Amino acid sequence: MTPVTDSGTPDFLSGYRNADLVKKVLVEIHRKTTRPWALMEICGGQTHAIMQYGLDQLLPEQIELIHGPGCPVCVTALELIDQGLWIARQPDVIFTSFGDMLRVPGSKGDLFSVRAAGGDIRVVYSPIDAVKIASQNPEKQVVFFAIGFETTAPVNAMAVLQAEKMGLENFSILPANVLVPPAMHAILSSPNNRIQGFLAAGHVCAVMGYWEYPPIAEQYRTPIVVTGFEPLDLVNGILKTVELLEEDHVDVLNGYPRAVTFEGNRAAQALIERVFKPVDRNWRGIGMIPESGLGLQTGYQDYDAGQRFEIGQIQTEESEICIAGLVLQGVKKPSDCPAFGTLCTPQSPLGAPMVSSEGACAAYYRYGRKLQ
Amino acid sequence: MSDPFENVRMQGPVCPIPHHPSDTVVIGHGSGGQMTRDLIRNIFQSRLGNEYLSQGNDAARITLSGDSKQIAISTDSHVVSPLFYPGGDIGRLAVCGTVNDVAMLGAVPAFLTAGFILEEGFPMESLTRIIESMASACEEAKVQIVAGDTKVVEKGKADGIFINTAGFGLIPEGRNLGGQMAQPGDAVLISGALGDHGIAVLQARGDLGFESGIQSDLAPLNHMIGKLLDAIPDVHVLRDPTRGGLATTLKEIACQSQICVRLREETIPIKPDVRMACEMLGFDPLYLANEGKVIVILPEYQVDNALNILRQSPYGKMATRIGSVESSNPEQVLLETPFGTTRILDMLAGEILPRIC
Repeated sequence: MTPVTDSGTPDFLSGYRNADLVKKVLVEIHRKTTRPWALMEICGGQTHAIMQYGLDQLLPEQIELIHGPGCPVCVTALELIDQGLWIARQPDVIFTSFGDMLRVPGSKGDLFSVRAAGGDIRVVYSPIDAVKIASQNPEKQVVFFAIGFETTAPVNAMAVLQAEKMGLENFSILPANVLVPPAMHAILSSPNNRIQGFLAAGHVCAVMGYWEYPPIAEQYRTPIVVTGFEPLDLVNGILKTVELLEEDHVDVLNGYPRAVTFEGNRAAQALIERVFKPVDRNWRGIGMIPESGLGLQTGYQDYDAGQRFEIGQIQTEESEICIAGLVLQGVKKPSDCPAFGTLCTPQSPLGAPMVSSEGACAAYYRYGRKLQ
Repeated sequence: MSDPFENVRMQGPVCPIPHHPSDTVVIGHGSGGQMTRDLIRNIFQSRLGNEYLSQGNDAARITLSGDSKQIAISTDSHVVSPLFYPGGDIGRLAVCGTVNDVAMLGAVPAFLTAGFILEEGFPMESLTRIIESMASACEEAKVQIVAGDTKVVEKGKADGIFINTAGFGLIPEGRNLGGQMAQPGDAVLISGALGDHGIAVLQARGDLGFESGIQSDLAPLNHMIGKLLDAIPDVHVLRDPTRGGLATTLKEIACQSQICVRLREETIPIKPDVRMACEMLGFDPLYLANEGKVIVILPEYQVDNALNILRQSPYGKMATRIGSVESSNPEQVLLETPFGTTRILDMLAGEILPRIC
């Protein structure tokens, strides 16, 4: 495979991972960097790719990458996970979820342990599959754990609309979607904030566009570059951000134009607006962020599993050692945690960031542990 | 005409009425009586029969010839779901898996035993297909099933069929292989592209959500390995990277031998469609199961010789060198990326989980 297509753009996969192309951009980053800069890559997928390819090892020492809260399973509120575990334990329930969620620890146990105790828990790749399961099992209540950022929100909305169209009374979702821009506000307005530039999450922007970002950039005087997930995307995003910072220029740039437009996917945004509305939401390890979650619109609240089941009060309980919250806020690195790699491993995670392949702790554990 | 026996399910040879041949497995097939005998004769013996299986005793009596004083024994239980998938099925897997395990010690696999746990209601037609597949795998691997057992459990107590096979082979004089034998300075080879089996099984489960032409690599490797060891007796380690994939298997070897394995990422063969499926699902192909691949660790000077021999086999055409054994950083598997960076490969933590977006 050649790294560049006839039109001169890099070929998918081989091109965006081409070491020579990436090295050229790295040379530019080294040349342009004159001062220390702290950048945050928002999305867990970006953290994963940076660690997988070891890109952090190739950056100038002055550039610090701070890993953002963009791992959807990591930030899903503990009370929502506990609610999910409670529902999954009920008889005559089929509880469906994306695979990552199964090992995320709640206050007591995880979905794997509920499955081992006899719960009917099924991994799906799309909530539409959960709707299909509901139509095939009319005698069961089928619940989908609707987690994720703006990326999964349209398809989660689609599942609700499809269930409505099919007249399925046994399908509901546990709404847990969260939104990126309110989290950026929360990070930038925090007194501990060290972030000077953002690599915005390319996939979220593919859905939402980046029309929400100029006011944020302006308000906090922080440049934002929409960035993809391949090595070449990432180093390009870093280069553009560093250039803006070095020139003391605040702007929002699109470094992922092959997937992202300013407006984004309007049809997907309309789906989200039709089914969901912004609600205050707790982020695990971070706390409540106003209007940062998606709850069901008034007309669709019948599909809210939280209301369909009488869950009652759940006492949540976090691990005392785990510093996941500080890691998710970018205040600490995973390796700063006393439990990292000893008490807390992917086999027995104390906190959610050690579970998902997008979690910062898991990425550090898999790719970033330094040799003795 | 409706069949008057359609709903008859005999529970063993207790009734004087001649029993009706069933198109599904029933509890009586595991009774040890006439139905069991008929099942064994009609389905198993007719396809797998040989002089040992025909002895009809509680155990097979085998007379060995030759000078070998060492044997290799292995056992493996097969519970794969689905039972049939592109490029293989549970029957072929039960034979090849055990043949390969025995061959990894440098032994020449000769005899297998097979234990079947059948779920009541399992279609006889599927059982027949599975046994035929085992027979053809035995023929290809040149091994014989010399003892067997069949049990039937109630509906819901098993997932159709479980097969346990044990394998037995003689280790020719002078062969001394094992996971503890890797030495600094050795080269690490792989016999072909990785991840085909893992993706093929996921695809057959309907888990991929898209079609692909990926076939399992399931194959008996004993002939290829035999030729390799005949020519290069000083191979140090052979290991098949099954569950947990290449990364987990190399990590085991690194721990056993107290060495470091350093891999070069761009040399590791992965077919484009497997890579694409992994990209979409968030899987790492280095952790996907293989059923027809072997990791070869041997002295550096034998690399070209070994690759030539492996590539002559239909199961080793894409054989290539992927890394080296080093003494620093013992118990580690390190992957050098094309960017010149290095990362640690660890064991697979648990179930492979597809990531969300």
